[in-house]
Amino acid sequence: MSEQKFIEIEVLRYKPESDEAPHSEVYKVPFTDDMSVLQGAQYIKDNFDGSLTYRWSCRMAICGSCGMMINGVPKLSCETFIRDYYPNRITIEALAHFPIEKDLVVDLSGFIEKLESVQPYIIPAEKRSLDQGEYIQTPAQVQDYMQFTSCINCTLCYAACPQFGLNPDFIGPGAMALLHRYNMDSRDGGAEQRMELVASEEGVFNCSAVGYCSEVCPKHVDPANAVNINKTNAAKDYFLRFLSPKGGAK
Amino acid sequence: MKTRKRSNAPIFWGLFGAGGMLSALFGPALVFITGLAVPLGLLLPQGTMSYPKMLAFAQNFIGKGFIFAVIALFMWHAVHRIYHSLHEFGIHAGMGAKLLCYGSAFVGTVISAVVLLGVGF
Repeated sequence: MSEQKFIEIEVLRYKPESDEAPHSEVYKVPFTDDMSVLQGAQYIKDNFDGSLTYRWSCRMAICGSCGMMINGVPKLSCETFIRDYYPNRITIEALAHFPIEKDLVVDLSGFIEKLESVQPYIIPAEKRSLDQGEYIQTPAQVQDYMQFTSCINCTLCYAACPQFGLNPDFIGPGAMALLHRYNMDSRDGGAEQRMELVASEEGVFNCSAVGYCSEVCPKHVDPANAVNINKTNAAKDYFLRFLSPKGGAK
Repeated sequence: MKTRKRSNAPIFWGLFGAGGMLSALFGPALVFITGLAVPLGLLLPQGTMSYPKMLAFAQNFIGKGFIFAVIALFMWHAVHRIYHSLHEFGIHAGMGAKLLCYGSAFVGTVISAVVLLGVGF
């Protein structure tokens, strides 16, 4: 049997009831090659400090709970392996740009409000009664928005976005990807209602096309694309509203 | 529902985008022609950018339009980039910086229009 390997995991700790500011603590964790960074955190909680707090659920990159900064990069800790960092130290911190609630847990209430604000549901283009049957959609029409349905709300894109870091009011990549998912749905007619948000001062023009959001996305959604397509849409709306009787935002 | 203020960014973003497109298409070639090829006498015939030739170019409608677009839109592109870079470096200079940046592009646009119209047709 091979010798037990150890890795140093530096964790950003914060106890709101006693700490003035977050601080780092280093733990020496024994690991095997099949262990994820999340399992490293679980080892620390089970063996060193039961108060270590982090979010997790599925352990297979589906639920989007376990996002954290791993050596400064926003990642899902369940699909990031300790072996890839060995023999160097791993630093884990709460997701950047969000207020820390405790240790690795961030306050997502701002993000939840943003999700609600994009009206993430189908606003029917034409209302159909039950006896008119279902809304028909072709496979090609499904493809138009399919990619943007893959978002798991892990908020890694927000931790990646420098503009969200500078202005927390910015609607941000994830919520824009979801907004775009509904705008692109052939059954939906809500694009005009959503334009008020898209074209607003909190909207897409905060983005400076860095593209890091799409790079860190664990589900290969392309939020940068959603944001930038909607810059064009908002610019069209800005100039063409003078030619149409109904405008978008006031 | 919260009332939101419409952003006036599309104006500046549009000019920025147009300038970016133009500078990507013509910028490197213009730098090469005006900065290297002509002064060093490479490739192009002698006197390619002589005063009479350039004046004739600036007096032609298409030439005038080209010079105007290249100067004005490049400037709008540049100031937008500078303004946003300031923000990214953590300098949130606000309205003052905005006025200085976009104001200089506006002044540059007016000057180039006046001068180009001044050289006649």
